[in-house]
Amino acid sequence: MYKGGRIILFAGLFVLLMAVPLLVNLGNATAAPTPNVDTPAINALSEKQCVESTEYMRSSHMQLLDEWRNDVVRDGATDYKSASGQVYEISLDDTCLECHSNREEFCDSCHEYSSVELYCWDCHDLADAKQAN
Amino acid sequence: MLEKALHGSKLYWAWVIVLLVCIGVGIAAYINQFNYGLGLTGMSRDVSWGLYISQFVFLVGVAASGVMVAIPLYLHNFKEFGKIIIFGEFMAVAAVLMAVLFVLVDLGYPTRVLNVLLYPSPHSMLFWDMCVLSSYLLVNILIGWTVLGAERKGVKPPNWTRILSYIAIPLAISIHTVTAFLIAGLPGRAYWLTAIMAARFLASAFAAGPALLIVICFIMRKFTTFKASDKAIDTLAKIVCYAMIANVFFFVLEIFTAFYSNIPSHMASLEYLFFGLDGSGQLVPFMWTAVVLAFVGLFLLLVPKLRRNHKTLIVGLVAVFFACWIDKGLGLILAGFVPNSFEQVVDYIPNLNEILVIVGVYGIGFLVLTVLYKVAVNVHEHGIAFAHSKDREIAEGADAADAAE
Amino acid sequence: MAARNEDRERSRDGSMERRTFLKAGALAAASAVIPLSACTVEGAAGAEGETVHKVMKTRQWGFVIDVEKLNASGVMDKIIQACHHAHNVPDTGDPKTEIKWIWEDDFEHSFSDIDSEYASERVVKLGFPLLCNHCEEPPCVRLCPTEATFKRGDGIVVMDYHRCIGCRFCMAGCPYGARSLNFFDPRPYIDDPNPDYPTRSKGVVEKCMLCSERIDQGKEPLCAELSEGAIIFGDLTDPDSPVRKALSENFTIRRRVELGTGPCVYYIANGGEAHA
Repeated sequence: MYKGGRIILFAGLFVLLMAVPLLVNLGNATAAPTPNVDTPAINALSEKQCVESTEYMRSSHMQLLDEWRNDVVRDGATDYKSASGQVYEISLDDTCLECHSNREEFCDSCHEYSSVELYCWDCHDLADAKQAN
Repeated sequence: MLEKALHGSKLYWAWVIVLLVCIGVGIAAYINQFNYGLGLTGMSRDVSWGLYISQFVFLVGVAASGVMVAIPLYLHNFKEFGKIIIFGEFMAVAAVLMAVLFVLVDLGYPTRVLNVLLYPSPHSMLFWDMCVLSSYLLVNILIGWTVLGAERKGVKPPNWTRILSYIAIPLAISIHTVTAFLIAGLPGRAYWLTAIMAARFLASAFAAGPALLIVICFIMRKFTTFKASDKAIDTLAKIVCYAMIANVFFFVLEIFTAFYSNIPSHMASLEYLFFGLDGSGQLVPFMWTAVVLAFVGLFLLLVPKLRRNHKTLIVGLVAVFFACWIDKGLGLILAGFVPNSFEQVVDYIPNLNEILVIVGVYGIGFLVLTVLYKVAVNVHEHGIAFAHSKDREIAEGADAADAAE
Repeated sequence: MAARNEDRERSRDGSMERRTFLKAGALAAASAVIPLSACTVEGAAGAEGETVHKVMKTRQWGFVIDVEKLNASGVMDKIIQACHHAHNVPDTGDPKTEIKWIWEDDFEHSFSDIDSEYASERVVKLGFPLLCNHCEEPPCVRLCPTEATFKRGDGIVVMDYHRCIGCRFCMAGCPYGARSLNFFDPRPYIDDPNPDYPTRSKGVVEKCMLCSERIDQGKEPLCAELSEGAIIFGDLTDPDSPVRKALSENFTIRRRVELGTGPCVYYIANGGEAHA
C-alpha cells in the first residue's frame, strides 16, 4: 500500500480521537435519576395525577408542551381537556410548575442526565430572577 | 482534487496561516458575541443593522458578478473568458459563503436559524433570499468542481454542467435582485424605498465584482502559472467601466429625485451621508472619498490608453472597488436608518469585537477562495503540460489516479 | 498505451462504484428521515386529550387616546411603569439598547410629518403615549421570515418568542419604532420581576402585545384600565364600540398613515374642547 504506514497510523489516531468521549466516561456511569414528585402541592392532591397518565407524560411531555405553547401563543387557546375529561389551564408557569415547584429535582435532574439542555427557564419560572435581585 | 491545495510555496503557506489566524480570532470574537448577545456590537434599537448586513449586501453583489463572465462566454461565445470562468465561479462560491455567514453572525438567536426552513414564509423576502442564495451556491460549486474535474482528466465536462451554467445566469441576477428587495420594500425607510434599488445593486455589483476578479488575475499572474490573457482582462475592464458608469448614473438619479422633489424624508439620508445631519456626520469623509475614487476610477478605465496600461488599470480597478464598497458596504445600510422613526439621528460605531468577527468571516471566505483557486491553477498547469507533452500527461494522469485512490 | 486504458477503465469503475455508493447513501438517509418524521407526527397528538380550540372572533382591537385628558390626569408615568412591570420589560438604562412597550414622546417626534414650527404651544407641550399600532397591514408580519410575529384573528400583532431568530427585519420595517431587540440577557435589568408573566431571552425582538393575556381573560389592556378614561379601548370593526363612538365624536390623527400600514392607535387632537 502506498504510504501504508502513515495511513494506518492516522486512521488509528482518528479512531482514538473519535472514541475520546467514550474513553473518558468509561466506568463513570451515574445512576439514572428518579424525578422527585415530593412537593407540597402534589402531596395535597387527593389523587396524584398529572394532566395525563404518567406513561404518556413520561414519553410525550415534550410534544404536549410544544403543542401547548403553540396553541396558547398562536391561537390564544387557554384550556386543555385531558383524556379523563378534566379541563386544565394551558400554562407552564401556572399549571405545570404549580405542582412541580421543584424543577431542579423534577425537570432538570433528568435533562441533565440525558444531556438535553432546557431553555424554558430563560423566560419562564422567574425563581432565578428573584434570586438574582 | 483538494489534495492539490496541500502543496504550495512558503508564501502560499504563510498566506494560509495568516488567514487561519484571522479565522481563529474571528471565531473567538464570535463566541464572545454568542454568549453575551448582540449588545457586543455597535448596533442599537435605532440602527438595528450594521456592518454585518452591509457586508452581506456587498458580498451578494460580488457573488452575482460572476455572471458578467458567464454571459459573454455562454451567450455570446466569447472564448477568451473560457479560462477565467472557473475563477468567476469560485469567487461566487466564496462570496456567497461569506454573505451567508454574515447573516448568520447577525442573528440574535442563531441556534434557531433553521426556523426559516421549518416555517417557510413566502411573504418574507428573506425566505426567497435564502432559496436563491443556497441554489446559487450549490450550482456554482457543482459547475466549478465538475468542470475542473473533467479538465483534470482531459475529458469534456458532462452536458448538464452546460445547462446549469445557463440556469446560473438568471440565478445570479435573482440573488442580487432579491437582496435589493429585502430593503427596497420597507415602508418607513425612504432612502431604501426606491424602484431602482435592484438596478443600482446590479450595476455596482457588476463594477465591483469583475474589478476584484481582474485584480486577482493580476495577482495570479505574478505568483502562479495562470496567466489570464490581455484580451480577457481588457474586455472585463470595459465591463467594469460601463457598469460603474451605470452605477454612478443611477446614484445621480437618486440625488435628483430626492432633492428636486424636496421631500424631506428622501433627502435626509443623502444629506446625512454627504454633509452630516443634526451635527452628526461620521460617514461624510468616507462618502466624499468614494466620490473621488469613483471619478478617478472611471477616468482611468474610460481612456483606452490608460485602461490598457496595467499599472493605471490596477489603480482604476482598486478605486472603483473601494468606491462601490463605501457606497454599498458602508453607507447604504447605515444611512437607511437615519433619521429614525422619531426624526432623530443616532450614530453607529462598530466596536472591536464586531470588527474581529468581520475579519474572521472574511478570513474564511479568502481561505476558501485561496484553496479553490489553488486547485484550479494546478489543474490548469496540468492542462498546459498536456498540451506540451502527451506522454508526460499520461504519466501524471496515472499518478493522479493513484493519488485519488 | 494498454496500461493507460486499463487505468482509465479502473478509474471509471471506481467512480461508478462511488456513484452507486452515494446513491445508496442518499436512499439510506431518506429512509432514515421518513420513519423519524412519521414518529413525531404520531407521538405529537397521541390518543390523549386535546386543546379546547375556541374560534377567535374576527375583529380589530384599537385605541383612541385623549392626549390632553391623559396629560391633565398625570397618570402617564404610572401607566408606563405598570405596563413595564407587569410584562417584565427590562430597564437597560441606555437609549441604544432600550426596550420599550409603551413610552412617551412629544408632538414633534411622534408626528414629525405633520409638525410645524408654528404649532400651538398647547400641542407642543403635550406628551404623546406611543406604542405598537397593531396595524391592519403590519409590515413586520409581512417581513418576518419565520412567522414569529403574526396577526391574531382579533387583530393583535403578537410575538412568538419561541420562534424569533433575532434577524431584526421587523425592526427595520416598523415605521413606529415599536420593536426592541434584547441585546443581552434582560433578567439582570428587571428590578422587580412579576412572576406571573414570562421574561424574554437574549436575542429575540419584543414589543407591546396589547395585553393579549388580559384580553384572553376578558379584561381590558392595562394602559386603558389605568388611564382614568383617557385611553379608550375597543373593537374598531364594531360600530357600537366605545372606540367607534369616540372616533365619530372627535377629530383624531394617527401616525404615518400615508404608509398604508393602517395604524389602530388614534389620538384625539381636539380633546381639550370636547371634554371641557
